[in-house]
Amino acid sequence: MTNGNKIIEMEVLRYRPELDQEPFYQSYEVPFLDDWSVLQGLQYIKDDLDGTLSFRWSCRMAICGSCGMMINGVPGLGCQNFLRNYHPGKLRVAALEHFPIERDLVVVVDDFMNKLAQIKPYLIPKQVRGLDQGEYLQTPQQLEQYRQFSTCINCMLCYAACPQYGMNADFTGPGILALMHRYNADSRDDGRAQRMELGHADAGVWGCTAVGYCSEVCPKDVDPAHAINQNKMGSAIDYFLRFVKPRGASQ
Amino acid sequence: MSAQTDKRHPYLRPIRGWWKRDRYYIRYLAMEATSILIALYALILLFGLLRLGQGEAAFNGWLETLRSPPSVALHSLLLLVFAYHSYSWFKVMPKTLPAIYWRGAKLPQPVITRIGVSAAVIVNLLVIILFTGLQS
Amino acid sequence: MKRSNEPVFWVLFGAGGMLSALTGVALVFVTGIGVPLALLLSPELMSYPNMLAFAQHWFGKLVIFAVIALFLWHATLRILLLLHDFGIRAGPASALIGNGLALLCTLAAAYLLLALGF
Repeated sequence: MTNGNKIIEMEVLRYRPELDQEPFYQSYEVPFLDDWSVLQGLQYIKDDLDGTLSFRWSCRMAICGSCGMMINGVPGLGCQNFLRNYHPGKLRVAALEHFPIERDLVVVVDDFMNKLAQIKPYLIPKQVRGLDQGEYLQTPQQLEQYRQFSTCINCMLCYAACPQYGMNADFTGPGILALMHRYNADSRDDGRAQRMELGHADAGVWGCTAVGYCSEVCPKDVDPAHAINQNKMGSAIDYFLRFVKPRGASQ
Repeated sequence: MSAQTDKRHPYLRPIRGWWKRDRYYIRYLAMEATSILIALYALILLFGLLRLGQGEAAFNGWLETLRSPPSVALHSLLLLVFAYHSYSWFKVMPKTLPAIYWRGAKLPQPVITRIGVSAAVIVNLLVIILFTGLQS
Repeated sequence: MKRSNEPVFWVLFGAGGMLSALTGVALVFVTGIGVPLALLLSPELMSYPNMLAFAQHWFGKLVIFAVIALFLWHATLRILLLLHDFGIRAGPASALIGNGLALLCTLAAAYLLLALGF
């Protein structure tokens, strides 16, 4: 199969735990067509050049969140970045920063998965609603309060971008805190107090120093920096008012 | 533990020097570093307050230092630093606010920034005008 | 989970940041350029009698205290974050020293202002 005359050199960070002491870059010459994504480049390598290369991928259309990686040092989705933009020149592909490398471009995401459960990522209504009560009704404005934060695809690019998470994995991190806000801000939800137990902590919103790179790299414009930082004011007010509120009524 | 699991050996890359990895980080740190000069200005004023308490001669000494070329140069730099602070402050501020609605539509963050920067320009001008008006 | 105490410092940081964003340029111009160079302003503005009268007035005390204290608290949080970001891991010691210095300067400003009398 002819792939065209253009060739790009892809330097991929390799790491085989059973063979390597530490990661190293391996170069591949990849012929490509103009519409090829970085992911397609990797697939060409695996199919035609080096079957040992490991990487996660699924939908190829920026909705599954599987193919997050460092592309020339910037967190990005393999399927959303195109080889033509890096040609001519070298393209460096590495596993997502701030996560332990399992193998090649596959990172250990256990920390993210555990934290996801911690923020109770589901609606907690004040009263359980029966079918006979019908649907919840929401105005467009109520929807706007959380809609953008609900578009997160859990790709973890924001975690690769966040230096605070990089320096301290105790920090819950941008994506999950954005999801926490998504549920808190949903008019159907009443679980804010439960979630803010984590939110009020250093591992919660106060671990964020508003670097803002998370929002820059997010492929879905979730704007986690906005989700987190708009909770600081509320958390601060709650901090000072907690002594004048009835016991247990944390916001 | 199976033999398969034993072969796992996740590798954590060092975080040291993270800020060198991307221009975005360097810009962020440069912005944060301007706060050092904000502190410096506050200390200059604190020092002036100290001199004020020590009497006319001491205070006049402080005023004399402010007139010196190095001091004027420093304050020219401080002027730029505070101007940059005004701009960068309102660039980040929209992130700390909940969504604001104006005439049915959500106010975009750049618009909030523009409003903030305009307010900063106006208030700073008013303060200068106030001082020009105070002299008898 | 233990609540963060960051809100205390964050509120001071926010107040200082807002005040300096709205008045910083003007204050630097007046005290550092305008008055010393007699540019738009008369050097008499910051003469000893004038400044003493200003600092002895309750409003003057408020302004001077607010500017010095809030600017310092704003900078303290950011400088401590800078240390943390550069990997200077002094832990609670750096926070103690940094915030301690800011507190010291705040108390010094208050003392000096009160010592000037009314």
